[in-house]
Amino acid sequence: MKQLNSIFEGVGSAILLFLRALGYAATLPRQSARFFEQCYMIGYTTLPIVAILSFFIGAVLALQAGYSMEDFGAKQWIGSLVGLSMARELGPMMVAILLAGRVGSAISAELASMKVNQEVDALVTMNIPPARMLVLPRLAAVLVMMPVLTIIGDLVGWFGGALIARYTHSIDISSETYFAALRQYTKFRDVLHGLAKAEVFGLVVVLICCNIGLNTRGGPREIGAAVTRSVVVSLILILVLDYFISKIQTS
Amino acid sequence: MADPSTSRKPFSSEDAPGVGVQVEHLCKNFGRLEVLKDVTFEVTPGEIFVLMGPSGTGKSVLLRHIVGLEAPTSGRVTINGLDASADQTREAVRIGLVFQSGALFNSLSVYDNLALYLREHRLGTETEIRERVMHALKILSLEGAEGKLPADLSGGMNKRVAIARALVMEPQLLLYDEPTSELDPVMSATISEIIATVKDQYKVTTIVVSHDRDLALNIADRVGLLMQGRLTFLGPPSQLMHPKDPVIADFLNPVIDIHHPRFLKLAP
Repeated sequence: MKQLNSIFEGVGSAILLFLRALGYAATLPRQSARFFEQCYMIGYTTLPIVAILSFFIGAVLALQAGYSMEDFGAKQWIGSLVGLSMARELGPMMVAILLAGRVGSAISAELASMKVNQEVDALVTMNIPPARMLVLPRLAAVLVMMPVLTIIGDLVGWFGGALIARYTHSIDISSETYFAALRQYTKFRDVLHGLAKAEVFGLVVVLICCNIGLNTRGGPREIGAAVTRSVVVSLILILVLDYFISKIQTS
Repeated sequence: MADPSTSRKPFSSEDAPGVGVQVEHLCKNFGRLEVLKDVTFEVTPGEIFVLMGPSGTGKSVLLRHIVGLEAPTSGRVTINGLDASADQTREAVRIGLVFQSGALFNSLSVYDNLALYLREHRLGTETEIRERVMHALKILSLEGAEGKLPADLSGGMNKRVAIARALVMEPQLLLYDEPTSELDPVMSATISEIIATVKDQYKVTTIVVSHDRDLALNIADRVGLLMQGRLTFLGPPSQLMHPKDPVIADFLNPVIDIHHPRFLKLAP
């Protein structure tokens, strides 16, 4: 019962934090320096790891699909499988998981440390709302950077799949065949579905990590606990939301 | 807030008269723990009020109520009649709080720590902000420290930067949480002088939480003594020189007797 209460409390306070941050949306233009700094943190520094991971996800998909589809003589459709899987599901989800692990944990640690060191209290006494200065630029940055990261992840994944399909001896299908199948079955709508998912995941991850960070109490030990909690909660929410968004998108 | 377009001398008290603080029947519980028990007092505009008491008696919690960082369990705290915990109060009254730890923004330089409030509230151009920041640094003898990060400062400098950051706001109410803790006697005396000078020059209402007896006796207009969550004394510091209450006397003038049973208990 106590845990259920704390879950509802957490959801409620995250929603309140989101609404508060949204209320300061008009101040975003004059916070452009913070916004671009967060874009750099969320986008540029995450890009290499997104690219590496997406490449190998595409490659593994092509490899496994090639191995399974060979029996049916359907190797030429590997491109469609990799294309659809990356665009609708694996692209946005992998980017969100990386975001939670790399950026979410950093956000949570930074804000928890600021809270424990009373820097957040200092902001409140100076009449500088933390939702405006600490949360809003991060939310705006994640909304801008998630589609960019997801599109790059999709493209690199598709390319990884093509490379493996072409140069793996047991698969050996040409890039033309691979991309023809990909283009035939992966529509622009599928990419958009993936981008919509990515936006929701990104928003939720940043909001959860900000909220947990800003509600940290105690000493340095609680900072570590806050980081762990924010990553675990983010990962669970990504998977749960993924199911419901997929359900809505496919119905 | 001051109009940024108006040219004015930094830290003038012309438009920043001190404000009054009223604490009425304030009680605060954390779970089953009663921290503050029916605390009532008033601080008049322009006064230096020092709140003393042993460690862990609720002084800092009381300060957090005045600045609106905690909500009372019962009772109320008002600043010029406005509820201290309401966001609107912080918009109507400029409140500076000097935290015990300094609470400086670790990722910002000393200069940016001081300039943050002015920039966020758009109180002037960068040139005007620079003028106000440098003036505050000069008052606190911190010239040359503007480029340093908080991690590079000594304890005394950290406190002075925290005071400078509060001063830049031109506060109407200035609160200090244990300003002389962890400082040597010379630095403690310097900080006491700074608190008194700031109050005299800028007529700012000042509340100091401390268990430094010398600081209280030297700078306070009135002293409150908080013991076990209750206000047990309220009056001018002169009355504290020869307290009649043995508990208060023991707190203010502790006699260390190593033959006392409590010390003998520690012996192997």
